[in-house]
Amino acid sequence: MTDLSVPPAQSTAQMPRDYGLKKRYASEARFKLYGMIAIGMGLLFLTLLFVSIITKGYTAFEQTKIQLSLTLDEKILDPAGTRDPKQLAKAIRYNKIIEPAFYQAIGLDPKDKAQKADRKLAKKIISRGAAIELRDMVLDNPDLIGTTQSVWILASGDVDSFVKGQISRQTDEKRRQIKDKQIAWIDALLDQGIMDKKFNSGLFTFGASSRPETAGIGVAVIGSLFMMGIVLVLALPIGVAASIYLEEFAPKNKWTDLIEVNINNLAAVPSIVFGLLGLAVFINFAGLPRSASIVGGLVLTLMTLPTIIIATRSALKAVPPSIREAALGVGASKTQTIFHHVLPLASPGILTGTIIGLAQALGETAPLLMIGMVAFVKDIPVSPLDPATALPVQIYMWAGAAERAFVERTSAAILILLAFLAIMNISAVLLRRRFERRW
Amino acid sequence: MSPLWLLAVIFIVALTGAILGRSRAIGAVDGEVSTLHSRPGYYGSYVFIWTAIPAALFMAALLIAQPFFNRSVVHDHLFGAYESGCQRSLSFGKSNAAILKAGDENAPQICRDWIEFRDLETRQDLVQGVVRNVADGLALLNKDELTKLRAGLVAIRPMMAQKGIALAEDVSAPIVSAAYRLNDARSRANFLLYGGLGILLLAGFLGSYLRIRPALRARNLVEANIRIALIIASSIAVLTTVGIVLSMLFEALNFFDHVPLVDFFFGTVWDPRFQSVGRQVSSEGGQFGLLPLLWGTMFISLVALLVAVPIGLFAAIYMAEYATRPIRAVAKPMLEILAGIPTIVYGFFALVTVGPFLRDAGASIGLSISANSVLTAGFVMGIMLIPFISSLSDDIISAVPQSLRDGSLGLGATKSETIKQVILPAALPGIVASILLAASRAIGETMIVVMAAGIAANLTANPFEAVTTVTVKIVSQLTGDLEFNSPQTLVAFALGITLFFITLGLNVFALHIVRKYREQYD
Repeated sequence: MTDLSVPPAQSTAQMPRDYGLKKRYASEARFKLYGMIAIGMGLLFLTLLFVSIITKGYTAFEQTKIQLSLTLDEKILDPAGTRDPKQLAKAIRYNKIIEPAFYQAIGLDPKDKAQKADRKLAKKIISRGAAIELRDMVLDNPDLIGTTQSVWILASGDVDSFVKGQISRQTDEKRRQIKDKQIAWIDALLDQGIMDKKFNSGLFTFGASSRPETAGIGVAVIGSLFMMGIVLVLALPIGVAASIYLEEFAPKNKWTDLIEVNINNLAAVPSIVFGLLGLAVFINFAGLPRSASIVGGLVLTLMTLPTIIIATRSALKAVPPSIREAALGVGASKTQTIFHHVLPLASPGILTGTIIGLAQALGETAPLLMIGMVAFVKDIPVSPLDPATALPVQIYMWAGAAERAFVERTSAAILILLAFLAIMNISAVLLRRRFERRW
Repeated sequence: MSPLWLLAVIFIVALTGAILGRSRAIGAVDGEVSTLHSRPGYYGSYVFIWTAIPAALFMAALLIAQPFFNRSVVHDHLFGAYESGCQRSLSFGKSNAAILKAGDENAPQICRDWIEFRDLETRQDLVQGVVRNVADGLALLNKDELTKLRAGLVAIRPMMAQKGIALAEDVSAPIVSAAYRLNDARSRANFLLYGGLGILLLAGFLGSYLRIRPALRARNLVEANIRIALIIASSIAVLTTVGIVLSMLFEALNFFDHVPLVDFFFGTVWDPRFQSVGRQVSSEGGQFGLLPLLWGTMFISLVALLVAVPIGLFAAIYMAEYATRPIRAVAKPMLEILAGIPTIVYGFFALVTVGPFLRDAGASIGLSISANSVLTAGFVMGIMLIPFISSLSDDIISAVPQSLRDGSLGLGATKSETIKQVILPAALPGIVASILLAASRAIGETMIVVMAAGIAANLTANPFEAVTTVTVKIVSQLTGDLEFNSPQTLVAFALGITLFFITLGLNVFALHIVRKYREQYD
């Protein structure tokens, strides 16, 4: 519109004036570049984090095992012939079956006294947990006694690391955990296909162990599941009830203001403080057992409540007033309006918030350290009162272990934890997309 | 019966009552439901509430009070039994005062037990535990075995072991008699529980059932109860805060009985000497200076913010002002993944990847960088904080009114000049708030520093050395077999409450700034 009022720019063509435009454009480009670099760095760190954990962890899903044909001799396992589980449970007897079979597989004579030193060295190739696995197999099915079974037994952690190439052959023998003689046997076994890498199902079922090959996240997953169950059962109803009161009923006064400020602040309190609260109140005052998943569940409930309350309140707020007015107009009471009409419409939002809150709780470690969940628990807990660990705590404990084979297990446990979190968050996103309603 | 089963019984009784109440309401109007004041279900709920709630509350109160009551019964009995047993065993020639000195090796066993029991709280806890075990065991015995035991024909310890109860030590006569007392108290409490529950269930049911008439305003009564439940639920948030403050304050005050306030808050040396369980607290229990820990916390947080603020802020600016829609749709959630990763994962990343990498990189250029240096922990924590700053700042920059941008661009400013001179100043309060929130996260962060920072308290300004933080010390003071009442463990609560108030202050300040900022454009 104002074209005509602008005089034709003749002079600039003859005498270029320096407005510093070049400099300003350069600075503009630089500024934009900084932004791109910043985002690039953020994404780079994210990639590095994942690459570092995946490359360290994927090997742990395989475990070196040795295939042996074992004769479950009744004379050794059950000399009395009574099939008494107490007798059958003696792990040392199973060693007497596994070891000779293994010596034969690598060409050693189980009886020759001259080869005693060799046998001692060879014994270290098989895991000490192998006998226990075999025992559990027999205890499950005592009919196996007297038969010959082809069984894949665990190799020891060092052998596992060696087969996966994590222990270099070039290292000086004195500083290497695997000696030259053992390497020769291992190579022979690998060539014959007797020793091979198999899917590591033990990683998912075993409890705590000081030997990496028999350590797993079984106990931790069960403990985490118990805690998530407790959080869901307690935090969801309490959180929804609290939000309904604050959003729909509460008069605007000092008390509700206080509650509101409180909830916002609780969401930002460091998690370790909740752990201290759990220690002082649930364990010292109420006398609940240490290391039990019920205490962990209660602490995580208190931590998750603010998240659920905040999400529920915004979901309730998003339900338009017309719904409420319509319900009230046909004679519903306020409570009926909320429970029959508003709450169902808000439920996708509530569910999304709950899942995100649960995901946060699942990854939380610090408060659980305070209430003694850093325990060495071998047996799968059957009730929330039994000692248990949690998945992130298990990761913490493994990260502190010295053996090389624990590093890959830690990474694998992290991958499993991240997979859980990813599933939860993705389902929250999908839920929101599927059910989100624009009014 | 376990509490869960009792709850189930209460629930079933109340449910039956509800069904009866509903049919009574329908019956009262001969099926003409429309003449009832409320829908029939409300009459049922009314009966349910009056049957279940009083009984459940009674049960909860009794179950909570019972352990305390039992404890005091056992305590009083043991105290009396030890004292009289001790006096009986003493020869009458000696005066009591001469013998009852603590740690007198020549005193009879029972007197030593008594003195220990009288003076040491830990001993009382232990004895209470033994009494409970013995009482559990006695409850398992049948009549025959009990008479044998009373007559002294069998020893108690092997008998208990046979029943699957392992006793830590041999039990003396006072403990056994206390166990009988405890079992008496338990059976009386059980009698009270079952009797009370029966009466309450019946009274609650009849009281509500008989009141059902067509004109009874059942819905209003039920809704009033629902509202009470909602109020209770919303008070839990407040109770949590109160619980946090009170529990930590209480334990922290205990700690300040041992260590003066000034020594804690202004001490520059952190050296808590660990003591093993059971030993008396010595007068010189170590030094608990907060300053080195606070410095370590601040130092690591500072490094973290130095990483996170530039990256987060520039990322936010780019996403809000430059990025096209698809780029933003990808980049924003990707960065937010960083916030969703558990901190333990960052800790592990720092421990096995970043720490060794920085150490080797330092070594190659002649710097000696400790593997758990300030730099490692701060850098990894910085990565974690990026999304906290970028997301919040992005929202705030996007919220700056378009008119400000248009005005500046219309005057001939380039985009970056607009951002630097118009948008950022307008968004500054919000950005500051996001940085404060990130700082409060950094200060309260635990797992990264537990795994990646040092454990020795160090007052150093060298980022290549290791320092420790408040949260690391809370964890290390509380994970171990420590006596609970020693200053070594109680200091964790003093540290915790300090941490709580620092982060609370930062949060409140940040929220205050955000609120003030919002008022400018609304």
